[in-house]
Amino acid sequence: MASLTLNRLREPSVIPGFGISLGLTLTALALIVLLPVGALVLRAASIGPAEFWSIATDPRVLAALRLSFGAALIASCINAFFGLLLAWVLVRYRFPGRRIIDAAVDLPFALPTAVAGIAMTAVYAPNGIIGSVADALQIKIAFTPVGIVIALVFVGLPFVVRTVQPILAEVEKEIEEAAALLGSSRIRTVLQVILPHVYPAMITGFAMAFARGVGEYGSVIFIAGNIPMVSEIAPLLIVIKLEEFDYGGATVVATVMLAISFILLFLINRVQTWSRRSLGNV
Amino acid sequence: MSDLTINADVAPGATGETPLVKAALISTAVLFLAVFLFLPLIVVFLEGFRKGVGVFMESFADPDTLSAVKLTLLVAAIAVSFNAIVGLAASWAIAKHHFKGKNLLLTLIDLPFSISPVISGLVYVLLFGAHGWLGPLLQSQGIQIIFAVPGIVLATILVTFPFVARELIPLMQSQGTSEEEAALSLGASGWQTFMKVTLPNIKWALLYGVLLCNARAMGEFGAVSVVSGHIRGLTNTMPLHIEILYNEYNFVAAFAVATLLASLALVTLVAKSVLERHYAGELNALQRQ
Repeated sequence: MASLTLNRLREPSVIPGFGISLGLTLTALALIVLLPVGALVLRAASIGPAEFWSIATDPRVLAALRLSFGAALIASCINAFFGLLLAWVLVRYRFPGRRIIDAAVDLPFALPTAVAGIAMTAVYAPNGIIGSVADALQIKIAFTPVGIVIALVFVGLPFVVRTVQPILAEVEKEIEEAAALLGSSRIRTVLQVILPHVYPAMITGFAMAFARGVGEYGSVIFIAGNIPMVSEIAPLLIVIKLEEFDYGGATVVATVMLAISFILLFLINRVQTWSRRSLGNV
Repeated sequence: MSDLTINADVAPGATGETPLVKAALISTAVLFLAVFLFLPLIVVFLEGFRKGVGVFMESFADPDTLSAVKLTLLVAAIAVSFNAIVGLAASWAIAKHHFKGKNLLLTLIDLPFSISPVISGLVYVLLFGAHGWLGPLLQSQGIQIIFAVPGIVLATILVTFPFVARELIPLMQSQGTSEEEAALSLGASGWQTFMKVTLPNIKWALLYGVLLCNARAMGEFGAVSVVSGHIRGLTNTMPLHIEILYNEYNFVAAFAVATLLASLALVTLVAKSVLERHYAGELNALQRQ
């Protein structure tokens, strides 16, 4: 019966193993992802709207959400700029150490977040390499929201580079030569002829870095200082509520985070389709 | 000839940057990476060896550290094998067949990437925890998932779920089905076709996905932190052990354990770039989203 219904879903093909491979995938997906996420949604639904609203608008929750989304936004803007610069340098120029730099960009994907967290804290704490210099200038980085932004810049660094790099490599040399022949200055060629091709990829990378930053926990909690209302991120608030056995509170914060993230990603997706269409390519 | 005249008319910096601009751009990029990437990495090793090699080595004599290393290896082995098998199954179903709802399935497979690790842990607490939906049932059967190894494994599988599938699906889609069809028409069984035709075509991409999946599985912190209960010697993975040591102001030991994970990251990066350099055509690395 099951295979009969499955077969109605697909177009006929000689390749075997459709039923078993799709069955295995769906079972794993259901048990690992859908059932647990469903448990969260059900839990959120079982909290009455009035209570949900009062937890979600609690000043401490609002402050944590504002911090998580705000810091992630600033960090992903920084990453969009430097990610583009890095992609440009890696694609366009040949210089000693280029290959090492290229490989190193993925370090944040490979380095465990807790390791990154304690390492950045050691660098930016008042007795650290950069922290001591900043301290002399009366600037505090670690244990403030600035430290959170720095941690999120680290975590989100590879996304924009890796989305922009392949697109930039595909931009044909002819179009910039044409622009130059038509009398465009170099800076104008770059800004108005080359970069518009990579904006959709840049937005994708920005969105991925942003989504990652909003939910990031391990690299942030060491450097953040975790002062309620000041430097307490939303994921940490979930952990704190869980430790207090406040399952309802944790569920509400998690649901609000997920909802805002999905809405933002959906909007970014729309912007991207729109910018692709207005460019006329793909 | 006409080319020469044209080139003469165009200013030197018109189709490329002047050497000065180029040098400025390269140095800015390198400086940015030096401050944000290399400095923290170097500090891990400096802090780990701050009190000499002796103290560094002593950190690993602690039985709790050893059990954390063992648990991390065990959890990663289970999670990576599970996700490799499911990833293979998913990419076989999605890339080699046409069916309705494929895009929805792809979105759902990618879903764990857009969920905060802490929420990935939370969902299992809500499901299996003492006050969760299935908590009372599990308790009556004497099964413990949360604050125990099964919860750590489940949370790690969830967080690393998309890695292998994501690497394989685009590659297998671009390879099409003609080779499999040829093998089948020559009388090979489905399993033989998969083992002798498909698998050799995707082996490097599979390894690439497994590599990334493993790095994340061994280093996962947020999700595991929520479900682990932090019981020393029992439910502490390496990243969690680092946190405990760090919070106890045992910085040298914390960074000593961190050097192990940082070395793992470096090995992963080297292996990854070797794969990218030699098997670029057999990976989907550069088309990754």
